[in-house]
Amino acid sequence: MDASQAAAPAPGGLVSAGAGARFRQAAEYIAIPLFALAVSAVLFSLFLLALGHSPDEFFSLLWRGGFGTAFSWRNTLQRAAPLVLTALAVAIPARIGLTIIGGEGAVVLGGLAAAAIAIPLAGTVPTLVLLGCMAILAASVGAGWIGLAGYLRHARNVNETISSLLLAYIAIAILNFTVEGPLRDPGSLNKPSTPPIGRENMLAPVPGLEVPWALVAGIAIAIGLHLLMSRTIFGFAARVTGGNPRAARAQGLPVGRLIVLCTAIAGACAGLAGFFEVAAIHGNANAALAAGYGYTGILVAFLARHNPIAVVPVAILFGGIAAAGGLIQRRMGLPDATVLLLQATVFVVLLASETLYGRLRIFKARTPA
Amino acid sequence: MSDIATLATVLFAMIGGAIRVSTPFLFVSLGECVTEKAGRINLGLEGTLVLGAMAAYMVAYETGDPWLGVLAAGCAGLILGVMHATLCSLPRVNDVAIGIALMSFGTGLAFFFGKPYIQPQAPRLPSVELGGWIGNAQLAEALTINPLFFIGVALAFFLRWAFDNTRYGLLLRMAGDSVAASRAMGVSVDGVRLAATAAGGFLSGIGGAFLSLYYPGSWNEALSSGQGLMAVALVIFARWDPQRCFYAAMLFGAAGALGPALQSVGIVKGYYFFNAAPYILTLLIMIGAGRDGKAARAMPSELGVQR
Repeated sequence: MDASQAAAPAPGGLVSAGAGARFRQAAEYIAIPLFALAVSAVLFSLFLLALGHSPDEFFSLLWRGGFGTAFSWRNTLQRAAPLVLTALAVAIPARIGLTIIGGEGAVVLGGLAAAAIAIPLAGTVPTLVLLGCMAILAASVGAGWIGLAGYLRHARNVNETISSLLLAYIAIAILNFTVEGPLRDPGSLNKPSTPPIGRENMLAPVPGLEVPWALVAGIAIAIGLHLLMSRTIFGFAARVTGGNPRAARAQGLPVGRLIVLCTAIAGACAGLAGFFEVAAIHGNANAALAAGYGYTGILVAFLARHNPIAVVPVAILFGGIAAAGGLIQRRMGLPDATVLLLQATVFVVLLASETLYGRLRIFKARTPA
Repeated sequence: MSDIATLATVLFAMIGGAIRVSTPFLFVSLGECVTEKAGRINLGLEGTLVLGAMAAYMVAYETGDPWLGVLAAGCAGLILGVMHATLCSLPRVNDVAIGIALMSFGTGLAFFFGKPYIQPQAPRLPSVELGGWIGNAQLAEALTINPLFFIGVALAFFLRWAFDNTRYGLLLRMAGDSVAASRAMGVSVDGVRLAATAAGGFLSGIGGAFLSLYYPGSWNEALSSGQGLMAVALVIFARWDPQRCFYAAMLFGAAGALGPALQSVGIVKGYYFFNAAPYILTLLIMIGAGRDGKAARAMPSELGVQR
């Protein structure tokens, strides 16, 4: 495998090129993913036509359900918020050459930890203190969980892609065990959950804007991580390691520490996503925490080419697709896996489009004659 | 019930369970082993397993013949394998990432077309009763074995022999160990890898058919939870040796059978943890094998699973 090949920083990312070449490169990074999206839409339309459904109706419902009304926008942003965080959990390790696909585990355990700490604290401390404790604990647990995959990669050469996904399955088992066993609220009959954190303690959307706090936090973290990866020595060292671990080691860079830190940052992001799910959506921890945000985040990160800033619009796009799922299901009688299949089609086409980089005439610098 | 009788019950349930649970592991790991021997890693076999399970169930239900279902599962896997190989042969396309994408593609396709088949009951695969003469009902139950298990075991030993002793085995290993050598011999590396990935997909699809047509023996969206992925880890543990894949699959099967076996004697506490046993076992094995020189030497050189 060459995880670094897929995840490596853009060629020329370390060395600054001329303005013209840079512009052409930037154009390439926008044009090729857009082209891949268009190709996926065409392929999916053919698929729908073959099954006797109207692609026209499908995509107009997709638009209406995701972005057409104020209500659908609220729904979209609510789903986009955890996607920003889980995509960052893929994008940051990708910069150091690791392919982490188990963000779901950190989401689940982060949410569980947040709900667990709220049990003794709720009602005894002010809401802000409670939410602060929940967020810090969720981020720490997530950081430890994905950081473990990074540590095992460094210390024991364990493939991080497989180990992170195994850890996700284990995390879901821990969640199910805990909410049905030791932390079960006796009042939750048909849907085992932890005791509620209390309606008065739950996070409302940002007043006036109706934007979830989780999205605001996600955007702030994305900007922060972008600066960290592009403007600091830490980020530079991480990118060097991602490009060529052997060279980084020869240069005396603390490769192990960089790997563990990058994976811990990733886990903290995903853990926070779990915190927001508990604090703003569910009000407790239950099996619904494993809603697949961790997995969709993988796709978002790849489509954003592991750029923390680009993660935000892509997450909103996929939040919209997810939000429209219910409408499409009801109006067209398609199964709920339709959205999953559309996402997977985008994913496959997108990865195949990697082959186009550097091969299209229009994006090539003209060599002076 | 006395302690010894309880222990015997658990033990017999585990033997039977290990044979049942190991079969999908065996098929997927053999498929992955063939693919990786040719120098490519296919992480998408989890998706292949799920799609195979759905295809098998659908065809078995529609035609009434479970063996046609097995064939359909193999073909579905074959198609995904061909997709993987074709996409990976494009320059700059990463096989691990394509595997992750095909994992969700296979699962998505299976859930999309499998929705109407969650309720109806398809005919199950027949089984062979080996323990009828013993006179112990529990042991007889444990020795009621599906023919696919025997096919898988035979295949493991055959593949081991074929890798070492046939022309095709040599071509496969050469594609996995040295692209340069293959090219020098005038062999198309992409062609060999296409065949290997397609064959790997076929075998994984059959593993899926076992899940939906024999044990657990129904189709639902929670049918496979990581077996396909664990099988990939299992190949590393088995050091790319099909015969060891068989032993490793039995071990994983026993771990997977632990939860249900304990449940059968009424131990339900920590049910989720016993069900998580295979994941924990896989992780521990990977940690143990991590710095193992033997595993590193056995790895096909063109493969970078463990850089």
